[in-house]
Order: sequence, then C-alpha cells, then structure tokens
Amino acid sequence: MAHAPASRSAADRYKAGVMQYKEMGYFDLDYEPKETDILCVFRITPQDGVDAEEAAAAVAGESSTATWTVVWTDRLTACDKYRAKCYRVDPVPGAPDQWFAYIAYDIDLFEPNSIVNVSASIIGNVFGFKPLKALRLEDMRFPVAYLKTFQGPSTGIVVERERLDKFGRPLLGATVKPKLGLSGRNYGRVVYEALKGGLDFTKDDENINSQAFMHWRERFLYCMEAVKRAEAATGEVKGTYLNVSAGTMEDIYERAEFAKELGSVIIMIDLVIGYSAIQSISKWCRRNDMILHLHRAGHSTYSRQKSHGVSFRVIAKWMRMAGVDHIHAGTAVGKLEGDPETTRGYYDICREDFIPKRLERGIFFDQPFASLAKTMPVASGGIHAGQMHQLLDLFGDDCVLQFGGGTIGHPTGIQAGATANRVALEAMVFARNEGRDILAEGPEILQRAARTCTPLAQALEVWKDVTFNYASTDTPDFVPSVTPA
Amino acid sequence: MRLTQGTFSYLPDLTDEQIRAQVAYAQGKGWAVNVEYTDDPHPRNTYWELWGLPMFDLKDPAGVLHEINECRKVFANSYIRVSAFDPSHTWETVRLSFIVNRPPEEPGFYLERNEVNGRSVQYTVRSYAAAARPAGERY
Repeated sequence: MAHAPASRSAADRYKAGVMQYKEMGYFDLDYEPKETDILCVFRITPQDGVDAEEAAAAVAGESSTATWTVVWTDRLTACDKYRAKCYRVDPVPGAPDQWFAYIAYDIDLFEPNSIVNVSASIIGNVFGFKPLKALRLEDMRFPVAYLKTFQGPSTGIVVERERLDKFGRPLLGATVKPKLGLSGRNYGRVVYEALKGGLDFTKDDENINSQAFMHWRERFLYCMEAVKRAEAATGEVKGTYLNVSAGTMEDIYERAEFAKELGSVIIMIDLVIGYSAIQSISKWCRRNDMILHLHRAGHSTYSRQKSHGVSFRVIAKWMRMAGVDHIHAGTAVGKLEGDPETTRGYYDICREDFIPKRLERGIFFDQPFASLAKTMPVASGGIHAGQMHQLLDLFGDDCVLQFGGGTIGHPTGIQAGATANRVALEAMVFARNEGRDILAEGPEILQRAARTCTPLAQALEVWKDVTFNYASTDTPDFVPSVTPA
Repeated sequence: MRLTQGTFSYLPDLTDEQIRAQVAYAQGKGWAVNVEYTDDPHPRNTYWELWGLPMFDLKDPAGVLHEINECRKVFANSYIRVSAFDPSHTWETVRLSFIVNRPPEEPGFYLERNEVNGRSVQYTVRSYAAAARPAGERY
C-alpha cells in the first residue's frame, strides 16, 4: 500500500484547488493511535472506480476537518492534530467491494460529556458522501479519559439489584398488551395480574405516551395502584416502566416528577427522544433515585443492514455513556433480528468493565469502561417459558427477560402466565447452579418443574412449537484466527 | 400468603441437600456466604439480623448448613435467608440470596392508602405481624 507523501512544502499543500483526501493528511498507515484517541472502524463500500484508500481518507476527512477543497484557514490552526487519520484499511472477508477502514480522532475534537457531539462529528455528514455507495459505523473505542467525562448509568446493575432486593437470577418483565387502546383502568389490571403472578416488572410499550384512549396521568395512577397492591400481595419490590417520553423536555420532566410522587422505582424513555434528552433525564434519575429504562425505538432503521448505518453495538456504547440503566439489546431466539454472537457482543458492551476485542462477536477494539456502572440488557420480543434454558445460557443472570405475549397470552390468565415464567426461571437457575447442563437438559428441567406448577405445564404445551428461525442480516464478517498447535 | 423475596421462592421449599448444592455453587465462585434472620420481612427491610459474620474463608458447604440449622433451632419461627457476597471489583455486592426458613403462618402485608392531591395516593405497605407485636414476638 502506498503511504501518504511524508513531506511537502506548506505552500504546495495549501495551494487553492482540489486535492485527494489521501494527500491532505487524512491517511497515514504509519500512524500509531494514541491511548487518548477515539477510534472508529467503518465498513466502506466505494463507488465503482473509487480507490478504497482514497474513500477511507475521505471518510476521515469529512468526519473531521476536511471539506471538498483546500482552504487556507487551516493554517490558522494546529490542523494536523485535528485531522482524523485513517491508519488501516482491510478488505472485508467475503465481500469484495467492501473494506474496513480504521480511523483515529484526537480527543480534543470532542466536547466532554456529549453524545450529541460525538454523533454529530462521527455520523454527522459523511454518510451521504457521494463517492461512497454505502457506509457503516461498525465499532468505536472510547479512551478512558473521555469516558470519565460521562456520568454513566444513573443507577446501574449493582445498585438496581440492591434497591430491588433481587439477586442471583435474571429479572422478569412483560410489556402490557394490546399496546394501544386499553383505558387506564384496564391497563392497570394487566399490570396488577402480571406483577402479582410473579413478574418483577411490567412495561409500557414505546408508543404508549398520552393518547385519546388513555392520557398519561390515568395510566400512571392506575399502574401505581397495581404495583403497590402487588407489592403487598407478595412482599417483594415491584415496578412498572412508566414511559415518560413526550413531545418536549418540559413534558418529560413533568411526567417523571409525577411518577416519582406516586412512588415508582423506574421510568422509561424511547431512544427517539434524542441524545440530549436522554442525558438530561439520566441526570434527573440520578438526582431522584430513579431507574431509567430505555426502549431502543427506531434503531433498526439504521442498525440492521450490514452495509449502511450504525451498528447497534455503537448505540449500546453511547447509551451506557449517556446513562441508561436498561436497554433492549435483543433476544437471539425471539421474533426480532439478532444473530446470537452479535447479540452477546451487545450484552458484553452493556455489562462488562473491560470488553476485549472479539471479532466473532463484532467487537473490533479492546474497550475498558473505566468503572462506569453497568447497564442491564433487556431481552424482549417473541420469547416464552419454553426457551428459558437457551435464554439463561446465552445471557446469564444480569438481564431482564420480558415475556409480553408469553405472559398475557397464557390460556388460564395473566397471573398464571407470570407464575409459569417465574417458576421456569427459578427452576433453570437452580439447576444451573447445581451444575447441570441446562442446554442439553433444559426441556426436561422445565417438564419436571411443571409437575408442581400447572400454569407452567400449560405454557409449555401452548407454545411448544413456537420458534423464529430466520437468517440474521447483521452478522460479523471475520476470518477465524488459527491457533498454533 | 407466601413471601416471594429471594432467588428461589417460587420453587417448593428447599431440602438441606438442595441448600448444600446452592451454597457449594456460591463458594465455588469465591463468594462469602452468610446467614441472616428477621421477623420483619417488609420489602424495604434491607438489614436482616446477622447470624455471625459472613463465612469468608469457609469452603465447605457443610459448615454453612451447620450454621443454618443452629439458626433454625433458635429462630424456627422467623425468616432465615442465605446470602452470598461477591467482593470482586465492579460487583462488591450480594450475588445470590434465598430463603431457607419461614414461619409456619405468613400473614403478609396490607396496603395503606393516603389519599392526597385529588386522585393521587401515597401508598404504604405494612406487615401485619410487625404491626401487631414487638420484635422477637411476632411469629
């Protein structure tokens, strides 16, 4: 590969006109990223006839200081420091027209504590750049120095568990269904039945805000009656994610305050409220002892297709920094997109304090998380009690498993559906701790637990044949490394 | 009612053999196991009484089972739970906690509603047993 010319006179470099990005200082295969640099890996698909290295340099340029022509005002700045540098370009295994471009950005390019600024810089303009057919941000590495400017999750897994007094198993939730149309009074009934039956949480759906059939105060009032009744019935702390998403930040704060006044332990927002709003409500949650649940509404519009957009692993990283306590991160076995290894990569990003580079999970960089609290991943969408062994094996204890249809659709009622899920979960955790091979013996463990739990027997019968076996669109492209014998 | 705090309250009450296996799991993870008891099982009552200190250096589940049974002799009518603490960095918290003894009768809780500000309600969960008698005489 050709290296960028090492030295050229400044007069020559800044002569008015158009110059290749590679020649402008945005490409240097000898550059060694600094510990404080922010690193990105993009998947680039250049237009036919466009050189991959020039395309990669253009991405570096357009996502940092460059414009399409030479500007003399560069010379008023320490411009070399501010230029992002593409330092590595690899062909994508199995995709002859695509390359992985590694680009390093100096930390001074970014405002502290601002996901808005990170995203405006990295994905602001460059995704529409004409010389590229498509562009995808696959992964980012944030330096510790930059991470430390963020608050991180307002509560985090450890404190959430201590507050809820729930340890040693995944938490259980359900989204109230039907998601639209229930009155406040009927909606609260679903919450009460599900929580009394054994769930830890119920949840508003992403588009439950304040509509004609149920205004938000009605929902909050009836839901909290249901939560507290279920707490008294079981002696356990219970919660319902009250969705406070609204058209303005003022409305969001008003709804959050009301949730707090009524004694809720948790509120919820949608990803589509925007990064500033998310960071704001996270600070509010830290001040008000509130757990913050994030529904990733909208993400699939840009995260699902491999060739273009932003990988969800980047969004997950941003959201842990922005400060959410829960984030929907996929189920692998349920109804929504999710390759198992890729999904595990998202869970690692949410929960681990150090995430090693692991190409088979789509993770391109070592990422230390600098003791930012852990975000609880949420598995939700088309899962049921009969998959408990697979879910526990894939995701471990520190997640929320949400069975919406798998609770409310139970043939003998919502309480029975909730009990079936709780019994299945506890039986599976119990068996795993005893040292049993739950993947192999899972169905048998469930059948045994069902002998003393009729609702579980009914659930296993109703949903026994439900699987969602479709090919994933978002899978990692990598060549397995061969370990020397 | 049946108090459903703890990791395994939806399963039938555990046998000593089953408790031993769960304790062995916790010890295998390097977690310190301890025994706590209370006659105030309110969901917000974090601090159950300690039955001795967490057994930091004990690697044998039989030792924990012995302590559980000693505690049961004295507090047969109380709730007793086994908790396992993980001292590792970024956790430093309880990782497993399950009930190993319950009073024969569990009267449960009632929900007190304080109606305020129009339709709003301030809720208080109260334990029948704790409200009726002083500590040590409740079950």
